[in-house]
This record gives sequence, C-alpha cells and structure tokens, in this order.
Amino acid sequence: MNPKALPYYLLAPATLFLVVFFLYPFVLVAWEAFSRDGAVTLDNFREMTGHWKFPDTLRNTMLLAVIVVPLQLALALSMASIVSNLDRGRSAILYIFAIPLGISDLAAGLIWLAIFEQSGFLNTMLVGLGVTDQPVMFLGFQSKLSIFIAVVLAEVWRATAIMMVILVAGMGLIPKEYGEAAEVFGAGRWKRFTKVTLPLLRPSLQTAIILRVILAFEVFAVVAALGGTNLPVLMGETYHWQFALQDRNVAAAFAMLILAISIAFTLFFLYALRVPKEARI
Amino acid sequence: MTAVTSDAPATAYPEVRKARNWLLIAIVVVLCVWVLLPIYLLLVNALSSPNEVTGFPKRFWPSFDTGSLAFFVNFAGVAKALWNSVLVAVFTMIMSIGIGAPAGYALSRFDFPGKEAFRFLVLMTRAFPLPLLALPLAVMFIRTGLDDTAFGLAIVHTTLALPFAVLITFSLFSGIPVELEEAAWTLGCTRFQAFWKVVMPLALPGIAASAVFAFTISWNEVFAAAVLTIENRTLTAFLLQSLNVSPLYLKFAGGFALVVPALIFIFAVRKYLFAMWGIANR
Repeated sequence: MNPKALPYYLLAPATLFLVVFFLYPFVLVAWEAFSRDGAVTLDNFREMTGHWKFPDTLRNTMLLAVIVVPLQLALALSMASIVSNLDRGRSAILYIFAIPLGISDLAAGLIWLAIFEQSGFLNTMLVGLGVTDQPVMFLGFQSKLSIFIAVVLAEVWRATAIMMVILVAGMGLIPKEYGEAAEVFGAGRWKRFTKVTLPLLRPSLQTAIILRVILAFEVFAVVAALGGTNLPVLMGETYHWQFALQDRNVAAAFAMLILAISIAFTLFFLYALRVPKEARI
Repeated sequence: MTAVTSDAPATAYPEVRKARNWLLIAIVVVLCVWVLLPIYLLLVNALSSPNEVTGFPKRFWPSFDTGSLAFFVNFAGVAKALWNSVLVAVFTMIMSIGIGAPAGYALSRFDFPGKEAFRFLVLMTRAFPLPLLALPLAVMFIRTGLDDTAFGLAIVHTTLALPFAVLITFSLFSGIPVELEEAAWTLGCTRFQAFWKVVMPLALPGIAASAVFAFTISWNEVFAAAVLTIENRTLTAFLLQSLNVSPLYLKFAGGFALVVPALIFIFAVRKYLFAMWGIANR
C-alpha cells in the first residue's frame, strides 16, 4: 500500500460519516425551513414568528442564556481556582465537582423537581421553619418567575462542571513561573488572578464560553421536567411543532433560528476573546 | 531566601494563613454540598415508598422502601426502554471509537494535505446544535427503513460522540512516542503489527475511557431520542414523553435509573476527564 495514502484511508470513515450524517442533514433542514411543498418560501418563518407564543419563547431562551452563562462562568472560575489551590484531596474534590458532567439534562430536571414540587423538599423546609403555613406551588402555570428561577438553578447546577473542567485543564497549561514572578513584584492573590491567570486563560475561557452558550440555546429537558409547557423555550417549541403540530417545515425554521443564534454567538466570542498569534503559550 | 520568595507578605503570618485555610475548606464544603445535596434528595425519593414520595412533609432520609423502584421496573415499557438505551449506547460506543480512533491516529502520526480541513470539520461540529440533526434525519431514516430503530438513533448519537472520540484518541496517540513504533519496525514488524502489539496496549485504557464517555453521551441524550424513536423509545425518551401523565414516584425512580449509571461512568473515566478537555481546548 502506498504509505502516502494511509492517512486518507484512516480518515475516510470519519469524514464520510460526518459528511453524510452532519453536513448533508444540515442542508436538508435548511431546505425544509426555506421551502414548502417544493417551492421556496419564507412562510415557515412567518408562521413561526407569527405564533402567539413566539415572543415569549425567544425572550425566555435569551434571558436564560444571559443569566445562566455568566453565573456559571463565575462559579466555574471559583471552583477551578479553588481546586488549583488545594494541596490535599485535590482529585476527590475534582471528582465531586465534576459529577454533574455525567448527568443527563432530563435527570437534572427531575432532581430539581424533587426539591421544587409542591410536596417537595423546599416546601418541607419552609413549612418546617414556619416561613409559610401551606406548601407553596412553585411550578404551577401562574408562577412563571419561580419556574424560571428553578430552571436557572438546575442549569447552573448541571452545566457548570463542563466549564470548570475546561478551565482547570487550561489553568494547568499556564506556567507557574508567571504567577511567581508577579508575586515577587508584590502582586496579591486577586491581582495575580486578574492580571496573570485570566489573560493567559483566554483560550480556555473562549472554548468554555462558546460551548456553554451553544448548549444554553439548546436548553430543553430541564425546562420540560420543571415547567412543562409553562415556560416555552426554542428547543421545546421545535419539538412541539415537529410532534404535536406535525409541521416539519416550521420545526425546521426553529432549527435554523437556533443554528443562526449559535453561529452568531460563536463568531462573536471567537472575535471578542481572540488570542494574537504572538501571545500564545 | 527561598522561604521569603515562596511566601507572599500576607501569608507570612501564621494566623492569617490559618484563617485563609479554614475559609478555603469552608468554601469547598459548601460547594460539595451544592453538588451532592440535590442528588441525595433524588435518592431519598427513589428509595422511599410511593406514599411517602407523594406525601407531605418529606423526610430527609430514605426509608429504603423499594416500592417506587419496583413500580418503575414493572411499569409497562420501562424494561424495554432500559434495554433500548443500553443498545443505542453500545452501538454509539462501537461506531464512534471504530470510526474515530483511526482518524485520531492519522492526525497524530501523519502530516498530509487536508489535515487542517479535517480538523476544522471536527471542530465545526461543536459550534452546531447537534440534536437538531434528528429533524432532517427523521425523514431520511423513514426512506431507508432506519426510522424508530436503535441503530438509526445511534447514528445521531455518534455524530455527538465522534468529535470527542477523534480528539481524545488524537491526544492519546500523540502521547505515545513514535520511536516505540519505529523500533518495532526495525525489528521486523509491519506497520499494523507495530500498532497492534506496541501502541494498542499502551493506548487501551484511554480508549476504554473515551468509549465510556461515548456511552454516557448516548445514555443521557434526550432530544434526538425523543424525536427519532416511537415504539423503540429509550429511557430518556420514555421519561420525557410520560412527564405529563406519570406519578411523581415514577419520575423520581426514572431519574434514579438515569443518574446511577452516569455516576459510575464518570467515576470510571475521572482520570481522563481533564486530558479530554485539555485537548479540546485547541
């Protein structure tokens, strides 16, 4: 066998797979979104945006992303710095912090349902402490705000781990000498963190934020478990149009919208957190 | 001199350092409780009788009654859903490693035109909301007879797991010196023999870890599973579609069934988590 051809033989299955089951389906879904019965049209998008639930859906999804991602970033950064500062028990603590990484979003929704449902643990505590006389209905159709808070907590709980792991890996790549040099010049902990660690962590921050933002727009099962249809989000509406309303074209239009938002944010963070070639370690 | 440079001025006083240590420990404890307490509460519910789960107020420790779990296991469709979840995850594991590992090896050992294009294709998958692929594939699968099969769903899950498999195996093979292989060649091994007898044994634990990771990705996936399966639902699809109609104790027992394997998986691959994400940074 020609040795020059070997890498191509090795790559062929993966490439073929991604072309057939990743690139081609996206062409298909784009075509479905921009056409109806074989003719090119924007009707699907008009139907999507014209639906009475659409403004709520878009606002909920965006608001969730805007609130959840910064919270997660702050928490993930604190967890990663704490883990990096530990001398003993580092691996055990890391494992505990990383546990939610392996937990399905549906399971996370159910876990927080155990806390927030009317006969749940939060109500048990509130009544036990005498804060309220009666169990409060946190997840009813009239309590959008508390559903929203529950979803935020569940999302922060579930998906902070993925950011933390990326940041811990990134902090491991930063040479210790940089921080030590800053220390010699009298920089305190906070100053070293903001002036040395954060700038050098930029590539990892970029990866973590992009990954998390994209996942934030895909939020689905957590909301389904906690709020049912009381808190419509983009992915849930996609599912609803595909299944309950049996309209593939409008579902595809939703998919294109999610895709467009994801790509826009990816490009934004690629640009905003770019690392000049000379500054790479 | 060394003692002075390794201690910042503020940490030179033992009391200050001690206070800081206690603060650190307190924060670590709070964060551990934040992560573990919700899981514990789910376990309490899953290990209590149906009456206790729907009752109020709740107890904060389980009664170790298997009523909820027994109800769940005997509920129509659950056994099949569990079996389907395992089946899809095993298919996903085999496909993503079978296709991904050769690609990872090629990326680590060769320089060739088109390498960057392939890496871009792999990285691009991460900028896309992949579960949405289920929508167009649903149509494609109906035409090819793959609709509502474990194999069809495994294909979608493989697109989720494949990029990780490629990047993880790439980093694994990069960590094994090429000199070892070259030594085997000079001793008369063919390229394949050298790979099989020298590289493979060294890479096996890491490959196993990425296989477990692929399994977990498939086991946990909800959206594509719910879109693509109707009769042959996986556990996640089953739980999602019965959310409106199922009693609380069924939900919590179902959550228990989802969480416990995931905990074991993450424990099994804990050593490799950071290697995986470290390389994913690039």
